[in-house]
Amino acid sequence: MANLVTHPRTLFDKIWDAHVVQPLADGWDLLHIDRHLLHDLSGTAGLRELAERGLAVRNPELTFATPDHAVSSAPGRTGETFPGGAHLYRGLKELTRGSGIRLFDLGEPGQGIVHVMGPELGLVQPGMTLICGDSHTCTHGALGAIAFGVGSSELTHALASQTLVLRRPSTLRVWFDGMPGPGVEAKDLALAMIGQLGASAGNGHAVEYVGDAVSAMDIEQRMTLCNLSIELGARIGLVAPDDKTVAYLRDKPFGPKEEAFAQAAAHWQSLLGDPGARHAQEARVDVSVIAPTLTWGISPEHAMAVDGRVPHPADAAHTAQRQAWQSALDYMDLTPGLPLEGTRVDRVFIGSCTNSRLSDLRHAARLIGKRRVASHVRAWVVPGSENVKRAAQAEGLDQIFRAAGFEWREPGCSMCVAANGEQAAPGERVVSTSNRNFIGRQGPGVRTHLASPASAVAAALTGVISDPRNL
Amino acid sequence: MSMQAFTQLRGVAASLLIDNVDTDLIIRIERLTSLGREALGPWAFESLRYRPDGSEDPGFVLNQAPWRAAPILVAGRNFGCGSSREGAVWALKARGVRCVIAESFGDIFHANCFQNGVLPIRLSAAELTQARSRCLPDAAWHVDLQAQQIVLPDGERLAFKVDPLRRAALLEGLDDISSTHKLLDVITAWQANDRATRPWVWRTQPDPEF
Repeated sequence: MANLVTHPRTLFDKIWDAHVVQPLADGWDLLHIDRHLLHDLSGTAGLRELAERGLAVRNPELTFATPDHAVSSAPGRTGETFPGGAHLYRGLKELTRGSGIRLFDLGEPGQGIVHVMGPELGLVQPGMTLICGDSHTCTHGALGAIAFGVGSSELTHALASQTLVLRRPSTLRVWFDGMPGPGVEAKDLALAMIGQLGASAGNGHAVEYVGDAVSAMDIEQRMTLCNLSIELGARIGLVAPDDKTVAYLRDKPFGPKEEAFAQAAAHWQSLLGDPGARHAQEARVDVSVIAPTLTWGISPEHAMAVDGRVPHPADAAHTAQRQAWQSALDYMDLTPGLPLEGTRVDRVFIGSCTNSRLSDLRHAARLIGKRRVASHVRAWVVPGSENVKRAAQAEGLDQIFRAAGFEWREPGCSMCVAANGEQAAPGERVVSTSNRNFIGRQGPGVRTHLASPASAVAAALTGVISDPRNL
Repeated sequence: MSMQAFTQLRGVAASLLIDNVDTDLIIRIERLTSLGREALGPWAFESLRYRPDGSEDPGFVLNQAPWRAAPILVAGRNFGCGSSREGAVWALKARGVRCVIAESFGDIFHANCFQNGVLPIRLSAAELTQARSRCLPDAAWHVDLQAQQIVLPDGERLAFKVDPLRRAALLEGLDDISSTHKLLDVITAWQANDRATRPWVWRTQPDPEF
């Protein structure tokens, strides 16, 4: 399409422009979708809906599926172990087979949490558009792609047409100034950012993360950061591709090879915002002052330094926030003004599309060393994919976790989404490396503190919320 | 394919002054794995509506007589944040909610509303405060999408704006699949060109070991 572009453009705008199949009206475009990932919960429903409408999958070769949400993570599990999800699992198998969509089944390399397996297999690459019926699809933005979650109707639309009808979002650029101190991780930076800017700061925006601390992150850390974009209120978060991105993508099973790789890599490295390109919003986060960060309440914006004190509703900025803080304190059974450290923990969950990759598990295992989980804590490690599980086992990480008293489980969403029977009991307190501390997210009445893998290890070993810098 | 059109709506408005109402709070995930979309109504907001023993919490606005069947919700900031589950819209609709008014919305929830004949309206904080004070028992509001205005029970009018493309689709009851179907030739041509310019995107056959 002839498109005379004279103004400097952001990275986001360049990728968006390159995917416009047809401009519609008033800032709306018909946008091409390069990759579509399906999982058992929303994918099965979408394929069923498509069939009911008498439509076919337009591009099965651009569509990939794996069960993760509603399957058990218990050792020895099958797709039927969690009875409530068995019909979704069977449906995904049958419908993908009938549509010619590649399925990565339980026990096979490639199976895993959609946002772990997609990058790992090379299914997502810089400059692509990718969707999935899951809000944490923003994770894939770590590779310099426009990736976002969709509901059932948009999912079905994309299956039928390989496009979506979308309004171009504004862009928000978040600068991470300075470098993190010892023991401070990508998860801490993300939670501190949401705490500072608020859970609605990204509404209507695509977020581009920049700054030395982002450049210094490896690709898996960038995935952790981009994963939490939706908790900032943004459907999309991304990091410009660099040499690390290109190195990450070399020799991925579904990625380009040899000459094709060189051609693709040249394109990927050209994906940068123009100097002088304007973002609708800019925000700055001072990384140097960020401590290990956990949530204390029921929104990801209820974030605080591990060595801080639980906030007092009287200090809230306005009435709605004061009421929200009071509700959060009541639900979480916390007392304002007291330290968060020392709060007794019942369960620890290391897993989810935020923090279940090999680098997360290596880090957690290294911190554990030869220590043991506190006797009253039930602690789980759920690797993000079959490949992560196998690689971790090959390094003996599972032995370290087991020797410490962690349960080593099968890959899937597990306790993050709790759509698989894996919940804590009402009133239990969980330190979780996942992404949502909403009311009832990990089971009715369950109290969730979001945290980094290091903080999760610290809680597991000491039995209380603890500063991982003291490990 | 059509969806339920939205032209205008008359009814009481319930005030739900909570910021960051997430879609988990609107509908729990296990309801979505076990129930059809029409059966979700009783489970909308279950964590707020029911006490641990299963009884209704009389303190929650949607359990109170005047607002049990309110078709309009006056929410806070960032309504519908979190999970992409379209079941959140289905659950509201199954309860009879056809219009949500808020200072801002979660982006995915906002998009999902338009695919289901539910109207999300953004108002400024000041307008929202004004509107909220008119959330009274037996006081019907009138929401008119054609005129893009809300008429409050005392006759006061509040203007709102909806994207023309979305407004037209809601008024006609058309979802995106029907309109995009007319563009299939354009998509075919775009893809043919893209195969030549970005061949690596279309190389999706894996290495032999896969």
